[in-house]
Amino acid sequence: MLAAIVWLTTPVAAAAEIHVGVATNFADTARTVAAAWTRSTGHRVVFSIGSTGQLFAQIRQGAPLDVFLSADEASARRAEDEGLAVPGSRFTYAIGRLVVFSVERGRVRDAETLRSGQFERLALASPSAAPYGAAAMDVIRRLGLEERLRRKIVFGQSIAQTYQFVRTGNADLGFVALSQVVGHAEGSRWLVPENLHSAIRQDAVLLRRADNDTAARDFLVFLRGPEGRRIVETFGYGRDP
Amino acid sequence: MSDSGEIWTAIRLTLGLAFISTIVLLSIATPIAWWLARSSRSWKEIVAAVVAMPLVLPPTVLGFYLLIFLGPDGPGGAFAGLWGARSVAFTFEALIFGSVVYSLPFVVQPLRNAFVAVGSRAMEAAATLRASPRDAFWSVAVPLARPGFLTGAIFGFAHTVGEFGVVLMIGGSIPGETKVLSIAIYDYVETLRWTEAHILSAGMVVFAFIVVLAMLLIEKRLGRVLR
Repeated sequence: MLAAIVWLTTPVAAAAEIHVGVATNFADTARTVAAAWTRSTGHRVVFSIGSTGQLFAQIRQGAPLDVFLSADEASARRAEDEGLAVPGSRFTYAIGRLVVFSVERGRVRDAETLRSGQFERLALASPSAAPYGAAAMDVIRRLGLEERLRRKIVFGQSIAQTYQFVRTGNADLGFVALSQVVGHAEGSRWLVPENLHSAIRQDAVLLRRADNDTAARDFLVFLRGPEGRRIVETFGYGRDP
Repeated sequence: MSDSGEIWTAIRLTLGLAFISTIVLLSIATPIAWWLARSSRSWKEIVAAVVAMPLVLPPTVLGFYLLIFLGPDGPGGAFAGLWGARSVAFTFEALIFGSVVYSLPFVVQPLRNAFVAVGSRAMEAAATLRASPRDAFWSVAVPLARPGFLTGAIFGFAHTVGEFGVVLMIGGSIPGETKVLSIAIYDYVETLRWTEAHILSAGMVVFAFIVVLAMLLIEKRLGRVLR
């Protein structure tokens, strides 16, 4: 609010500040994108990090956010439908990739690892709450393993928590995001082919109150542009061609 | 239809967890509180501080350490190895363990206060009547400390029902096993199913009010009887 007043009353706004609600899984990447944007424009980003559901609930209750980087397509679309976002501002800023991961070396090879059933616990994100969880269920169904694995599955509330379950070894296997393991070569992993699950599209929208905020609009242009794409891809996400 | 089934499963599970945890809590907290109330050791407050730490620690910290504690790199993993498993996390028993750790101060504190209030005079009088210490404990201290037991039990039960962070971290959200009410509510909010979230949340508000009110009334009444 104060930032908006300061900004509005400063004709040639030197450095604006925008508020971005970002889904936890994308927070690190978003910070890197923001740092690059700040270097080129001088504007700053203040992040509110939370789960998509939390952020959506907060936005609906009037949270002071300019941009919403959702971890799914549905919430961003719903923000648009409910008039919380500027119509037509929605676009896919990242496409998540799913990885079956274990901290043990040589443990995960390919789909056979799942079919063999030679593990105790398989962690996945809650399919109803997290898009990565829904995608993981797709894979399990596509491989016809739903019945066989039912008793081995444990659910993390988010993909971050799912990674925690696997990372601490409490679950020997888990469906995690590529972005969570792209920075290191530990353990063993299988990058799940994208044709085994519905696409994990993460959409961004410009929120209502930022309709006339040139800095917020510029941030989204930057995220969508070549440099934004390069950073997003480095962090293990895909992008629309 | 399946929704109400889901809700009832969560309610049953939560009540079961709270009930068993309360029993375990009372049996662990009683000797601790008794020792804290009666001992003259200088370092007893250190023990009291350790017991009370969950009051201050965020549940996520506790949950995070518990997750490591229960896993293959902690004692839980070694324990699970006895039956060939790798971790005791993601089980109903793990939730009981977590709830007991988390709610312990809420039971120890009222019990300790109650035992202090019993005082040493009553115990000495019992001793002069040739009651053994054990006998005196059961027939003098426990009845006199009744308000403390009631408060402790209600607090322990209610606190376990309201528990979220620890369960979130070590539960794995398995329906009928570890998906308790607070997790179910979180899930509903996350998935934008606000109707179900509203029903359960309102239920929790009513429950909390009843618990607190009941406790105030019980304390008032018992206080009068004992005085």
